[in-house]
Amino acid sequence: MRALRFVGIRLVGMLVVLLIVVFCTYVVFYLVPTDPAQQSCGRPCTPQNLAIAREFMGFDVPWWQQFLTFLGGIVAGRTFGSGATAIHCPAPCFGYSFQQNATVLDLIGERIPVTFSLALGAALLWLVIGVATGVLAALRRGRPLDRALMVASVAGVSAPTYLVGLLGILVFGFTLDMVPVNGYVPLTESPVDWAWHLVLPWLVLAFVHAATYLRLTRSQMLDALGEDYIRTARAKGLRESTVVGKHALRNALLPVVTLFGIELGSLLGGVVITERVFGMPGLGGLLIDAVHQHDLPLLLGCTLFSAFIVVLANVVVDLCYGVLDPRARLT
Amino acid sequence: MSSPRLSVENLSVEFSTDGAWHPAVRQVSYQLDAGQVLAVVGESGSGKTVTALSLLGLLPATARVTGRALLDGTDLLGLDAAELRAVRGNRVGMVFQEPMSALNPVFTIGDQLVEAIRVHRDSSRAQARQRALDLLRLVDLPDPEQRLRAYPHELSGGQLQRVVIAMAMANEPAVLIADEPTTALDVTVQAEILALLRDLRDRLGVAILLITHDMGVVADIADHVVVMRDGRVVEQGPVAAIFTEAHQDYTKQLLGSVVSLTASATAQPVPEPDPGAEIVARDGHVAVAAHPAHRSIPDSAAVNPALLLDNLSVSYGGRFRSLVVRAVDRVSLHVEPGEVLGLVGESGSGKSTIAAAVTGLVTPSGGQVQVAGVDITRLGRRAARTARGRIGVVFQDPASALNPRATIASSVAEPLRLHRVLAGAALERRVDELLDAVHLSTSLRNRFPHELSGGQRQRVCIARAVALNPDLLIADEPTSALDVSVQAKILDLFADLQRELSFACLFISHDLAVIQQVADRVAVMHRGHLVEQGPTRAVLTAPLHPYTRRLLAAAPVADLAEQRRRRQAWQELNAAGHRG
Repeated sequence: MRALRFVGIRLVGMLVVLLIVVFCTYVVFYLVPTDPAQQSCGRPCTPQNLAIAREFMGFDVPWWQQFLTFLGGIVAGRTFGSGATAIHCPAPCFGYSFQQNATVLDLIGERIPVTFSLALGAALLWLVIGVATGVLAALRRGRPLDRALMVASVAGVSAPTYLVGLLGILVFGFTLDMVPVNGYVPLTESPVDWAWHLVLPWLVLAFVHAATYLRLTRSQMLDALGEDYIRTARAKGLRESTVVGKHALRNALLPVVTLFGIELGSLLGGVVITERVFGMPGLGGLLIDAVHQHDLPLLLGCTLFSAFIVVLANVVVDLCYGVLDPRARLT
Repeated sequence: MSSPRLSVENLSVEFSTDGAWHPAVRQVSYQLDAGQVLAVVGESGSGKTVTALSLLGLLPATARVTGRALLDGTDLLGLDAAELRAVRGNRVGMVFQEPMSALNPVFTIGDQLVEAIRVHRDSSRAQARQRALDLLRLVDLPDPEQRLRAYPHELSGGQLQRVVIAMAMANEPAVLIADEPTTALDVTVQAEILALLRDLRDRLGVAILLITHDMGVVADIADHVVVMRDGRVVEQGPVAAIFTEAHQDYTKQLLGSVVSLTASATAQPVPEPDPGAEIVARDGHVAVAAHPAHRSIPDSAAVNPALLLDNLSVSYGGRFRSLVVRAVDRVSLHVEPGEVLGLVGESGSGKSTIAAAVTGLVTPSGGQVQVAGVDITRLGRRAARTARGRIGVVFQDPASALNPRATIASSVAEPLRLHRVLAGAALERRVDELLDAVHLSTSLRNRFPHELSGGQRQRVCIARAVALNPDLLIADEPTSALDVSVQAKILDLFADLQRELSFACLFISHDLAVIQQVADRVAVMHRGHLVEQGPTRAVLTAPLHPYTRRLLAAAPVADLAEQRRRRQAWQELNAAGHRG
């Protein structure tokens, strides 16, 4: 009952955050001195044509009215223009990109598989690598292996993604010619090609992120191993593998889970740089294109989607935390 | 005579730091028989815990252990890792000092008990769970079925220690090693845990190796005593011999320096209160009649108090409109100038919350806190700062109360600098004066806290607290983190300073013996209420409130015959409590 109430409160909070995001995006774009209608008014762009375009797109009313119309569209759908040229955007309508002649929802939907394949695969990889090496480093504290891992992690933390990406392309793509360096093949088309095209981006992303997890897991593990309950576990006669793998790790992973959820959330909203480096048509690319082309509806949609995923990830992390750490449960 | 259960022979432990070996335990030998309690006594750093941990190979890898430790004829020190694991938690169970941190917070009590059973026994989950239930019944934990599903944070310290003991007893060990098992617990809970250990020894014949610094606990439960100092055994023998005819100066010193309750707590008869009366009173000594109390006693008349609490309430609220906890409930009391008021109570009774309210660390939800006639809860920020300059505070743990990166001189000078009282050469002179007043050499001026001993650090804290010549000193458990011999010296110093500077003092402690030594008057807190108040002698010799009587009966004293009598009184009080 209390858990349900907690979820309810979190969901309401999530809606409020999303409303604020839409609101801010609207205000920011209203302040930017470009006219979205200009982009699609055709040539020659006479004042009459511009006015028609503006009215068609719904930019002829004050920004707060546009904002309300947008919110209404999510619930009831929207129709732009009237008569034979009318464009209908069915509910839930998150806007319509007049430059790409498609609903924002469809555009995002097309790109989701790319970004999700990239982000989920990489996240899984870095979580496993980061935690495993972190535990190893903690157990070998001060020994050569620990030192080597710590040095490598400094490289990982400080190297920019695009640099690692380009180096990866140079070495594994061109010099060694092992993996493809560009493009995306849908999973449904060929699972093997799908994975093969993603290997390098996965590794690049994992390398950059795993370093943080290594350091976090290592320090958390060292803290946990110094706790009294570890001594109790040893005094029970448990094997060292159980002491480390069950008693210490479960406690050490609590902050790791929090970080993982939030990072994965922000990646799912668009892996901007990696997608660009590897020429993958994902959400990040969509967002950048929208900025360049002043495609306000699309930009709003992308921003809203990213915000939604991040907020959702936070809620999921909070719920998971309650499962993992009984002290955080609401009683 | 049969051979001993556990025989430690010439055991030495060395630790390696930077390539050099430093001895921690030297040539220690002792024997433990079945059904006996062997108490290993000593101050911190004496090597008593290291010796015990070495028996089970629980020391860090930097340790080197030599000698022999025979458990029923098998040398524990010669076992390999797997053989040692088969002994741990099986033939030898272990109980630690801090029950709050000894259990893994993310697993249920049941899971952890079942794990302890199944690691040594070939039993199904269901069988192990049944056994876990039996164990919780063995250690007298109420509602065992429910407790199995509980997580450690849902239990109190005393309940957790019962769980830890149950876990140590899971596989019917021959030897139970208990390392300061009651040090972190309140006295009444301590008395219950000691009774449980005694019961386990008598019923199951387990041999108990009890490590403690508390001679009162030794007097209560031990059959044999080993006194350790600087890694060596200085004296050992039957408990009666140690208490009546100790040969070594160190043992005598240890016994002599124990700050001990002298009064016989339960000797005096208690007058039956008039039925219907809410308050019992006898020559300036007042108590609430009901137990548990639902109100606090009224304050006695104050003339010109240094500190006056008038109907003070402090509440801690929860999120989501959950239950509001009243940590302090309408408490009224006062401290006259030059008077020491001892505030006594167990953890959670609200005594530290009162200190926090007086020093401005928590905001009261009702009532007044007057320091020298000024209500400090209603002052502006600046005026409150000035008012706080008239209050000095000494905390429990001197190790964490001093900034590790500040020198001793700058720590002592800090209040003088903050309140812009002195500067330059005058400030330096004052710091020297203060160090001198707490009997510290001025050559320690430029040292850092980690270079000082615990007792020296607490002296620094006291010097800092009296630097501004406060009207009022708050001392929150100032001696409970210190060894007994140091404790006695700090209390002497405190009494001297108090006489010299004649500040008023609110002295908070859970230790009745300490209170008896320093306080003029005593106030007793129980669950947020002030239940009893009066002159120290009257409260400690003829307590009026049932809770005060329990508290007095539970505190162990370092005197064999007296402790036997007190234990009897405690059992009678408990029996009466169960009937009522």
